[in-house]
Amino acid sequence: MVEHLQADGEEPCVTLDAFLEQSNATAVRLESDEDARALIPFLDRLKLIEVAFPKFRDGRGYSSARILREAGFTGELRAQGDVLVDQIAYMKRCGFDSFAPEKDLNPADVEAALARWPEHYQGAADGAVPIWKLRHG
Amino acid sequence: MKLLTGNDLKTGFVTWWTGADWSLHIEDAADVGEHGEAILAAEEGARRVNAPYIIAGEQTPDGPRPAHIKDRIRALGPTVRPDLTLKPADPNAGDWVI
Amino acid sequence: MYKYDEYDHAMVEARVAEFSDQVRRRLAGEITEDQFKPLRLMNGLYLQLHAYMLRVAVPYGTLDSRQMHMLAHIARKYDRDYGHFTTRQNIQYNWIKLEDAPAILEDLASVEMHAIQTSGNCIRNISSDQWAGAAADEITDPRPWAELLRQWSSFHPEFSYLPRKFKIAVIAAEEDRAAMRLHDIGIQIVEKDGQHGAAFYVGGGMGRTPMIAPLIKDFVPLDDMLSYAEACLRVYNRYGRRDNIYKARIKILIHELGADEYRRQVEEEWAHVKSLGIDPPKAEFDRIAKQFTPPALDASAPDDIDRSDPDFAVWVDQNVAAHKVPGHAIVNISLKPVGGIPGDASSAQIDLMADLAEKHSHDELRVTHAQNIVLPHVRKADLYAIWQALDTAGLATPNLDLISDIIACPGLDYCSLANARSIPVAQKIAARFSDLGRQKELGELKLKISGCINACGHHHAGHIGILGVDRKGTENYQLLLGGSGAEDVSLGTITGPGFDEDGIVDAIERVTDKYLATRTDGERFVDTFRRVGMAPFKEAIYG
Repeated sequence: MVEHLQADGEEPCVTLDAFLEQSNATAVRLESDEDARALIPFLDRLKLIEVAFPKFRDGRGYSSARILREAGFTGELRAQGDVLVDQIAYMKRCGFDSFAPEKDLNPADVEAALARWPEHYQGAADGAVPIWKLRHG
Repeated sequence: MKLLTGNDLKTGFVTWWTGADWSLHIEDAADVGEHGEAILAAEEGARRVNAPYIIAGEQTPDGPRPAHIKDRIRALGPTVRPDLTLKPADPNAGDWVI
Repeated sequence: MYKYDEYDHAMVEARVAEFSDQVRRRLAGEITEDQFKPLRLMNGLYLQLHAYMLRVAVPYGTLDSRQMHMLAHIARKYDRDYGHFTTRQNIQYNWIKLEDAPAILEDLASVEMHAIQTSGNCIRNISSDQWAGAAADEITDPRPWAELLRQWSSFHPEFSYLPRKFKIAVIAAEEDRAAMRLHDIGIQIVEKDGQHGAAFYVGGGMGRTPMIAPLIKDFVPLDDMLSYAEACLRVYNRYGRRDNIYKARIKILIHELGADEYRRQVEEEWAHVKSLGIDPPKAEFDRIAKQFTPPALDASAPDDIDRSDPDFAVWVDQNVAAHKVPGHAIVNISLKPVGGIPGDASSAQIDLMADLAEKHSHDELRVTHAQNIVLPHVRKADLYAIWQALDTAGLATPNLDLISDIIACPGLDYCSLANARSIPVAQKIAARFSDLGRQKELGELKLKISGCINACGHHHAGHIGILGVDRKGTENYQLLLGGSGAEDVSLGTITGPGFDEDGIVDAIERVTDKYLATRTDGERFVDTFRRVGMAPFKEAIYG
């Protein structure tokens, strides 16, 4: 399920450094140049990981998201920053399930973007069955 | 002189600001003086031009001539295909570029 | 060759719908040019010097007559009646209107073609050997692997916003006809202990800082090719530089980390990635490979060629290569007529080549990275008729791999990145050396011209390379010697101060004269250069 975030009543994200120093936060923010794997020992404690996209061209967050899902993170994975509707589908495939764009997105555009792709060539973090598997069962 | 140039958003054609409108022909280009940035911003915002920028040029008897060869090639067309330029019938058109 | 199934069709159609909507939003002002630019680039649409330029993908350089006819149709209907074949086996159109782009993509989709990821910071067209399936020296046809990589890389959700563009080449022979070592990833299918595997060379590239890709892994089991590539890309996406556009290619990352450290990081990532089930089963590879089964060629077809027409004989000797099946040959069509524009073909010429392919080459053509066209499976008995048709259309220049078979980027005549024009220089050189006897005396001499440091003309990999620069507002040309993109890969060395447009032609003539005066038996120009070094040539050029 995809949702835009609701800021009210939500625990603020701590920085990665702060999180690694203290252990009781349940929401952490990962900058685009920080190593997602640093969070792997703590995934069961985290409800929310926010991954930064300072500029939409900076694609490191896609790898961070997949790495976190591959490591078994089941909490909320949020893409924050310069998130445009044209990146939403790829972000979802990489495991993001919520979005905090700097500029509001048109919900109809978001829906269209998510409905765009009938199938996918490759496996990713969204559990979609890749085309080669559909071909051969 | 300063010339304001860009590409038409829909067609991609090279265009020149005439003072009032956009023309395909550099002969129509106006000197934007110090007002170029303001015009650029307005025209780009209104989508009457794409990827605009301001260049240096000089006034000549044949009209404005961009300072840099790249913009002269933009103004006329590829030097190696005279038939695809804005002046296919003029055998000397390429001299203006070089 | 590969034919789309319902899934492939659906993906391309979804992309056409997506891009059509993006164009609509751009024209309506719902997205800015800054937001639209990466989207249109991922659909091969540049805003270029004269208009929008569309780069259509020709996956691993392979297409059939129906597709070739469509390329001619697009040139006629939407452009100025010609197309330009590129150094990555694609085709470019220079006069495209944005408002026509969706319709063009629909036309392309109707014949299983597209412009997906031919630009942008994503994985680009997978290139390969233009003689695949026909040359005797390949251990297998590399193209099924190229097709597997194409699908894997298309719309890859993790690797669509890389630090920079990413180019992959796949070959399966010792002879490197695809400049594999100068790619971000070059894959060579090799044999070891009776098994086939993939040697991965990672970190090659030209541009501002040319580098030859080091060998990162000498034998990846073929079943693991995609997961290994995934690991290579993930390390790059995470750690490639994003602070400086000129240092953002993977070659810089590998250079800065060192090949050993990069390899270590890839191995670590691969150990993890392998467990994700990314690699398709052998059944998928077999499904694709079946479509590359060589056509049924009659090995008892007549093997002799009637050489009584001397012009035909000259063309056979230079442009026709040996086919692995007796009675057959590989036809190389030069798009480098003297005085022409390297790599350009008119819509009429494109249609003719399509017809010849359908009639004489089992409906298959190839685009080469040297900007020429290949008919891969031709009966020797048909060569004369083919040559006559080519000759009438101005496509029979017998100059394959000779000095006038020039690779040239479009240069400042077409490209807004360029500092100098490249095509007029190519034309002047070809004119100076137009005498075929002289060209044949010089022998194999690969001359490559780039109009700027981005090196789309592969000048670093030229036996003779030319780089156009802007010197205080005028066009100037630097000369490089001794590069090669083949298996004897090397990067050219600059000779010294540059020249103007006429000066560079004279300089090249002094270089070739020096070569003739210095060579020993059987030495190509590049061999002589490697033997004697730069000094004698520098002396000859500058006195």
